[in-house]
Amino acid sequence: METFVQQFVSGLSTGGIYASLALALVMIYQATHQVNFAQGEMAMFSTFIAWALIQAGLSYWMAFLATVLIAFVLAALLEFAVIRPMHKAPELSVVVVFIGLLMIFHSAAGWIFGTSIKEFPSPFPKDAWYGGQLISPHQVGSIFVALCIVAALFTFFRFTTLGLTMQAAAQNPASSRLLGINVGRMLMLGWGLAGAIGAAAGMMVAPVVFLDPGMMTGVLIYAFAGALIGGIDNPVGAIVGGFLVGVLENLIGTYLVGTELKLSVALVLIVVVLIVRPAGLLGRRIVQRV
Amino acid sequence: MQNQTDSRSLTPDSHTRAEAIWAIALLAGAVALTFLAKGYVLFQGSMLLSYAIALVGLNLLTGYNGQISLGHGAFFAIGAYTAGILMDRAGAPYWLGIPAAGLVCLIVGYAFGRPALKLQGLYLALATFALGVVTPQLLKYKHLEAWTGGVGGIVLSKPNAPFGLPLSDDQWFFLCSLAVAVFMFVIARNLIGSGTGRAMRAIRDHEIAAESMGIDNSHYKSMTFGISAAYTGIGGALSAISVQFVSPDSFTMFLSISLLVGMVVGGVGTLWGSIFGAAFIMFVPSVAESISKDAAWGVYGIVLILFMFVMPGGMMGLIARTRGLLRGFSQAESK
Amino acid sequence: MSSLLEVRGLKASYGATEALHGIDLDVHEGKVTALLGANGAGKTTTLRAICHFQVRTSGSISLRGDRIETRTTEQIAMLGVGHVPDGRGTFLGLTAEENLRLGSHSRRNKNDIAEDLERMYGYFPRLKERWAQQAGTLSGGEQQMLAIARALMARPSLLLLDEPSFGLAPLVVNDIFAILRRIRDEQKVSVLLVEQNAQLALELADSAYLLETGRIVKHGSSEAMRNDDAVRRAYLGE
Repeated sequence: METFVQQFVSGLSTGGIYASLALALVMIYQATHQVNFAQGEMAMFSTFIAWALIQAGLSYWMAFLATVLIAFVLAALLEFAVIRPMHKAPELSVVVVFIGLLMIFHSAAGWIFGTSIKEFPSPFPKDAWYGGQLISPHQVGSIFVALCIVAALFTFFRFTTLGLTMQAAAQNPASSRLLGINVGRMLMLGWGLAGAIGAAAGMMVAPVVFLDPGMMTGVLIYAFAGALIGGIDNPVGAIVGGFLVGVLENLIGTYLVGTELKLSVALVLIVVVLIVRPAGLLGRRIVQRV
Repeated sequence: MQNQTDSRSLTPDSHTRAEAIWAIALLAGAVALTFLAKGYVLFQGSMLLSYAIALVGLNLLTGYNGQISLGHGAFFAIGAYTAGILMDRAGAPYWLGIPAAGLVCLIVGYAFGRPALKLQGLYLALATFALGVVTPQLLKYKHLEAWTGGVGGIVLSKPNAPFGLPLSDDQWFFLCSLAVAVFMFVIARNLIGSGTGRAMRAIRDHEIAAESMGIDNSHYKSMTFGISAAYTGIGGALSAISVQFVSPDSFTMFLSISLLVGMVVGGVGTLWGSIFGAAFIMFVPSVAESISKDAAWGVYGIVLILFMFVMPGGMMGLIARTRGLLRGFSQAESK
Repeated sequence: MSSLLEVRGLKASYGATEALHGIDLDVHEGKVTALLGANGAGKTTTLRAICHFQVRTSGSISLRGDRIETRTTEQIAMLGVGHVPDGRGTFLGLTAEENLRLGSHSRRNKNDIAEDLERMYGYFPRLKERWAQQAGTLSGGEQQMLAIARALMARPSLLLLDEPSFGLAPLVVNDIFAILRRIRDEQKVSVLLVEQNAQLALELADSAYLLETGRIVKHGSSEAMRNDDAVRRAYLGE
């Protein structure tokens, strides 16, 4: 029983990270109908930047903040310089560009920061005041950070005008332009947010799996699974999906297939969802009256 | 208006003749190489040919049929392991192992292709991406270790030249690879020019229109997947024998992306491009590695993006453009 | 009578195809001007050209004396031009009220915005009922009302209306035009109304232009246009 609870809770913790990354993926998909294959590597690269800042002497939270900002700017610039010029290109070309970005971030991280595995600090205390048998402070912290991200985004999109115009620009760029909304700027913003979220997710993963260029590849697959299960165009779905995948991964890994095949479980999930219910569990189908 | 993709039926005779001349020249050169070059060069030659065949496979699926695969390394692996298992565990000869690899991949590819039908472009890319990432993990799976040799892999040996021919193993296998490559190329060429090939391309260009013209999309798409997998699997089998070794770490995501890069560099939707692409992915990583460990990734990344912006037609596209330019010049001069 | 919008020698092309071959047009302050013509005459193109939206243009377009033909679509919208596009352009995935709030996205004064929202609900009570409903589930007529209200939420000085009657049942159309009449009387907005339904348009408008294959062939007061034989035969079914 204890193992089950442990695995369940641990699953929630990794699930929070998957949920965050899935959210970033869904945000970009909603705005551009493109899948950001490079999301994982961008997050990894950002985490390396955080590591470098901490090495340079910054406190953890200063480095965290700075990294999130840098990741925001970097992603926004990427949208402007690399992705936007491709917006009329055929799907294959766009996918190729995303893979290209994936490759570049992957090798840049190793080239700039070195490929040796590095330790990354957790801002949360090592010892739990509540008797950390079932769940470590870092795991609690990760879930907390994920929930904060979710809450912040929810507030942003629901209650601010900027959030509204971003949604508008994603859904209907033509009508948005006629209302005076600068769609390009909204896209940059969306990408920036996705980049920032990815950075946060990376910084939550690194203390657990250690920092190296291959850190996020598996996480990305889980995030894909989560996003698809929840519905690739549904932010709420991404979150639910992410947590669900985290828990499933752990439970299936512990009780069914063993840890080596956990990632394959994600693959199966992805394929099954895509075939059986491509809209995902919560995918919103927009009703159109003729 | 000439349909540029329908190269067989509408190309002027001079084009086909030029192509045939190039083919014969290359073939002659390759055969000459067998007797002039050292063993290591011939090994590289076999590898290049195996990648070229694999790239033809990917091109058939993505270039000619419009289905995006980011995980074709998986089929390369299946082909390699099939050959490895048959040759090492079951003692089968190479001339059975290679076609068997093709057959197994044909079946697996078709089986993968049927559910994949429902996956539109991006989603298929996503699913195959996941496949590519997961492949090494699957190959290391404990319960398959008896067959796959687990992390340690399988050791193979290069076949000897038959009938006591005075050829080294390297020479003989290079000639074998050459023969297989020529054979596969010719089949692919005929396939593309045939009614099937036109159906494939119709599906790529406009699925709905193709269906309304009476083309059974499901059939052609799964079939293309199977054939594509078979080609890549045969490439994998050849490479396994060349290297004389298969192990899970040879078939990582880097391989799948290398195949993508090879296709892009050579020219998506071309056959001859596969040779350029194969050369690229064979030689660039070793050069890049001297700069930094993961530099090859970066080079690939830059190449991919650069090509999409500047040379979306790849090498073959460049050649076609140059030929067009030259033709323009000669026409202008003759006026 | 001052010209809010002055268009001179406007040509517009989609790629290589020229759709407008040099038109002159005036919309006067506080008036409703109709742009009539059959399908394909270039009416929607004219509205798009004014907003510099999806067409290439040459010629001059002046808003309150300032030349705008080289500005971007977004800039023109911010200068007070509200464009209700053909097909409504509804944000289907957002609620009705969110659609309205998008209209006022650039305005700062929350009280004024709230006031305008109430006013719009006053004009279009059906929208008030459905304020939290997903806009994609609204009927065609409701979406048209939503589109008009959304544009008005920006407090535009010039409202461009593209075929408000399109695809709607006659009763619904009458409703909408009655509301448009109210708006014309109560709001300080000038309107350029594109309509295939010449009868309705001429009832609402003060003056009208007739567009045929990219050229203005007739213009004058609504009265004059209504009494013109050619117009009556071709467009009023008489």
